[in-house]
Amino acid sequence: MKSILIEIGELSYFAGRFFREVGKRPFEYKEFLRQCYNMGNRSLLLVGITGFIIGLVFTLQSRPTLQEFGAVSWMPSMVGISIIREIGPIITALICAGRIGSGIGAELGSMRVTEQIDAMEVSGTNPFKYLVVTRILATTLMLPILVVLSDAIALYGSYLVENLKGDVSFQLYFNEVFGSLEFGDIIPSTVKSFFFGFAIGVVGCFKGYTCGKGTEGVGRAANAAVVYTSMVLFILDFLAVLVSDIFYDL
Amino acid sequence: MEDLSIKKPVITIRNLYKRFGDNAVLNGFDMDLFEGENLVIMGKSGSGKSVMIKCLIGLEEHDSGTINVMGKDIDDLEAEELDELRTEIGFLFQGSALYDSMSVRENLEFPLRRHTKKFGVIKDAEPLVMEALESVGLAKAIDLMPDELSGGMKRRIALARTLILKPSIILYDEPTTGLDPITSKEIVQLMQKVQQQYKTSSIIITHDVDCARAIANRMILLIDGKNYAEGSFDTLRKNHDPKIQAFFK
Ligand SMILES: Nc1ncnc2c1ncn2[C@@H]1O[C@H](COP(=O)(O)OP(=O)(O)OP(=O)(O)O)[C@@H](O)[C@H]1O
Ligand SMILES: [Mg+2]
Repeated sequence: MKSILIEIGELSYFAGRFFREVGKRPFEYKEFLRQCYNMGNRSLLLVGITGFIIGLVFTLQSRPTLQEFGAVSWMPSMVGISIIREIGPIITALICAGRIGSGIGAELGSMRVTEQIDAMEVSGTNPFKYLVVTRILATTLMLPILVVLSDAIALYGSYLVENLKGDVSFQLYFNEVFGSLEFGDIIPSTVKSFFFGFAIGVVGCFKGYTCGKGTEGVGRAANAAVVYTSMVLFILDFLAVLVSDIFYDL
Repeated sequence: MEDLSIKKPVITIRNLYKRFGDNAVLNGFDMDLFEGENLVIMGKSGSGKSVMIKCLIGLEEHDSGTINVMGKDIDDLEAEELDELRTEIGFLFQGSALYDSMSVRENLEFPLRRHTKKFGVIKDAEPLVMEALESVGLAKAIDLMPDELSGGMKRRIALARTLILKPSIILYDEPTTGLDPITSKEIVQLMQKVQQQYKTSSIIITHDVDCARAIANRMILLIDGKNYAEGSFDTLRKNHDPKIQAFFK
């Protein structure tokens, strides 16, 4: 229990250090762009495929139930709301935690163990700015973009099912989807995605940057990055629901 | 041999203490490095040799004691002054520490482009990169990635990355560890060549008796966090203290 509290303290301190250093010059924009590209490149396909399948499966499985109530025409709004509000962000974030978070943990961990981070520091570079700040900014920016993409692909998957089984046209389907969406659905889920991206970057960097000695240290850093990030994601998601509920009541 | 006592010291360490939790690594370590000399430091694995040279360039903070490098107390330096001082000190890391994600060329350009105080903004780094690579005999490796290099080549590229800043002091952390005897010998010859060409003062940390014999002007044995014994290679080898003898077996 004590070690968990210490861990949380250190993680908060690390996140605080990010905010202190993010404004300092120089901004390592080249490394930032490279990280953005890497992240998109590494997770695009996975996010796309998962989104598509979730759209398909979700629609196929809820169809019989809706049919029983004679409510198939509600399908687009139901699928749209659940994907955009909840499923899209959390699934994309979990995939990225596994793919990007663990990658960052392993990369920074092995740089720490092989003294590359020390070598950077004696080369007149602040390694925290160069390695950590750029990666956290990149995950924070890229995750919402990936979420939008995954939402779109999932909805398309759902549309395909509806089109085959219920003869619904593209235009009708998406009119229904967007007709049922409100800003109250889109804004919280977008804000949430930024926080998810930030969490993935911070935890991955924290685990890698403070990695223990030896090759097992690197393995542990990568693994812990995924486990901790997933936990943090669920907690954030819960908080997000609480907060947006308060706004609904207003 | 020439008398080193009249030479001026470039690094002076007095009463250095460093502990990690319960592990007291350095317990009052003293050291002088004189201009132009090769000082070899030997000590068992885990005796704190790497920690000591990391304190020297401010990568680790020491608990107490003073470290003076080229007339500056490193505790008094601001971050920028420390960066400036670091351009004068080359550091060859124990595992080479080449950046995996960058090619050899980018590895060498990195310190050049980053130390803007000393070099200004460099438009064309190619000649400087080539010069450094040629002095380690690996000009052809310029476009390779670190994982395409052998252990010995990595060590040389790492040395080239150090030399590109034209430092006046070089710190070698186990330059020959993990290499076969022939490659080790080549690295030692390279170190001697570098010392003549660039007129550097060096601290060499090593377990390798052959390397020490070949390169040492003076040696320090680091035992229990202190400079246990000091002297030339031959005087130390003839010493009958079993703790000292253990290093030469
Ligand atoms: N960052 C650290 N945190 C905790 N302990 C450390 C740290 N760095 C080094 N130590 C400890 O300090 C001691 C000295 O380590 P150091 O790396 O200086 O040994 P060394 O003499 O260089 O050994 P080797 O020849 O194996 O490289 C070791 O016991 C090590 O466990
Ligand atoms: Mg060492």
